[in-house]
Amino acid sequence: MARKEYSFYPGCSSERKASASNYMTSVESMCKTLDIKLNEIPDWNCCGASIGYAEGGELPRHVMNARNEALSEKHNAGQDIVATCAACWLGAKESQERINHSETTFADINEILKEAGLKYEGKQKIRHMVEVLIEDLGYEELGKPVKKPLEGIKIAGYVGCQTNRPFGVDGESFENPKYLDKLTETMGAQALDKYEQKVTCCGGALAFSEPEKSQVQIKKIIESAYDHGADMIVTPCPVCQMNVEVYQGQINKKYGTKFKIPVVYYSQLMAVAYGATAKEAALDGNIIRATQLEEIAAKK
Amino acid sequence: MTDINKAMVEKYRNDFLKEVEANVEQGDWVKMCMQCGVCSGSCPLGAAWEHPPQEIFMMIRAGKRDEVLKSESMWMCTSCYNCIVRCPRELPITHIMHGLANYAHRIGIAPKMNPTRRFAKMFWKNITAGGRVNELKLSVGLYFMDGFASGIKKGLEMLPVGLGMLKTGRLNPFGLISGGHCKGAGDIRKMIKKAKEIEDKRKGYTA
Repeated sequence: MARKEYSFYPGCSSERKASASNYMTSVESMCKTLDIKLNEIPDWNCCGASIGYAEGGELPRHVMNARNEALSEKHNAGQDIVATCAACWLGAKESQERINHSETTFADINEILKEAGLKYEGKQKIRHMVEVLIEDLGYEELGKPVKKPLEGIKIAGYVGCQTNRPFGVDGESFENPKYLDKLTETMGAQALDKYEQKVTCCGGALAFSEPEKSQVQIKKIIESAYDHGADMIVTPCPVCQMNVEVYQGQINKKYGTKFKIPVVYYSQLMAVAYGATAKEAALDGNIIRATQLEEIAAKK
Repeated sequence: MTDINKAMVEKYRNDFLKEVEANVEQGDWVKMCMQCGVCSGSCPLGAAWEHPPQEIFMMIRAGKRDEVLKSESMWMCTSCYNCIVRCPRELPITHIMHGLANYAHRIGIAPKMNPTRRFAKMFWKNITAGGRVNELKLSVGLYFMDGFASGIKKGLEMLPVGLGMLKTGRLNPFGLISGGHCKGAGDIRKMIKKAKEIEDKRKGYTA
C-alpha cells in the first residue's frame, strides 16, 4: 500500500503529446519516489479553463466540473481529488464551492448529471499537488529522499496567479507566497527571495488572443529573474510554464532582448534531486534546455 | 438589435443595475462597490481597459448600458484574480467581469471582432466536441480566424514555437484527426445542452 493515495485529475495539458506532458512525466517520477499513488479519474473531462465562461456561461461550466467530481466519487470514493494544473484545480474548486453553496444549483446539477447516470455529492476535497506535498508530507519529509542536492543553482520561484489566487495555499500570503522558494531550497538549490515578479500574471489564455499585451507581462517576469541573477525559473502552473518559456524568441525579436532562460516545473526539480534520469524528469520536454539540471541528472 | 437584447431593454427599461443583478454571474454584488479603485490599479492589463472595473461598476449604477455591454474592457480580463483578493469589500470582481462579458455575448451585443471573445467561442466548441482540449485544432483555428492569408502569416510567425513544442513531444502532430476525446463525449454534449436550456429558461432568454 502506498503511503498516500489520491483521486487524480491530470487535465488536458497533461495528456501525452500535449503542452504539459513533461509536467506529467516528472510528477510521476516525483510521486514514485515519495510513494504517492495517483488514481486517475476515469474518463475525466476539461474543467472549462479560465476562458470557458464566455461561451459556456455558468451552469454548463459547473456541469463540466461536476461530471469529473461525480466520476471521482464513484470510482475513487473517500479520496481527496488532486490536480496538477492550476486552472483545473481552480475551475474544479470554484464549481464545487458554487454548487454546494446553492440548493438550486445543486439540484440543477444532479438533474443534469442524470443524463449520464451520475450523481454529484460535492464531498471530496479538491487540492493542488503542491498543497498535498506541503500539507500531507511537509518540507522535512520532502527533503529526505534528496540524493543529489541542486547545489549552486539560482532559481526564481514564479508562482503566478491561479495556484495563488483566489484560493492559494493555506498560511501563505497572496502577495508574497513562500512555498515555492521553500520547495526549491528543500531540493538544495538557492531561491531568489527578492524576485518581485513572483505573482505577476503571464497573460494566461490571453497570450493566444492578445499576444502583444501578454508578452509585455512575460517580459517583466523574465527580466526580473535575470536582474536577480537567476539561472532558471520554476513554476507550479502549466500555463505559466508555457507562456514564459515559448515566447522568449518572439520577445527577443520585438524588444531586442537576449532571453534564453529555462522554465521548469517544481516536479522536475524534485525528480532530479531525487535521482531521476533526465528522461524521467522530462528535461527533454523543455524547449530551452535546463542544462544545469541535465548535468546533475547525468551524474552517477 | 437582437431579439433577446430588445426583450431585455424592454423588460428592465432604465434599470440597468437591476438587469445586471438578475442576469450577470455574481451581478448582485455590483452595488457593494465603494469606488476605491484597488481593482483597477491591480489589474495586469489595466492600461488596456477602456473602462477599468471600478468605472464599470459606477457605469452600471449610472445606467450606461450600451457603453458597458459593448465595451472591449471586460474582455481584457486574464483571470489572474488579483482584484478579487485585494478588494476590501470582497467583491468577486473577476467573476462579475466574466459574467458581464458572457451576458453581452449571450444577448449579441459584445464587440464582434474582439479576439478574446472569438477565441473563447472556439475554445468552448473545442472542449465540448470531445470533452477535452485538442490543442493543435485550437491553435490552428486561432491562426486562421481571419482567413487563409493571414492564417498562413500567423502560422509562419508561430512556426518556431510550434516546432519547439513538436520536438519536445508537447504537440500532437496528428492532432487534426485525433486527440481530445472522452468516452463520455456524447453524454457531455447532452448535459451541456440541458444545462444551457435550464440557464436560458431561468434568465428568461427563452419563452
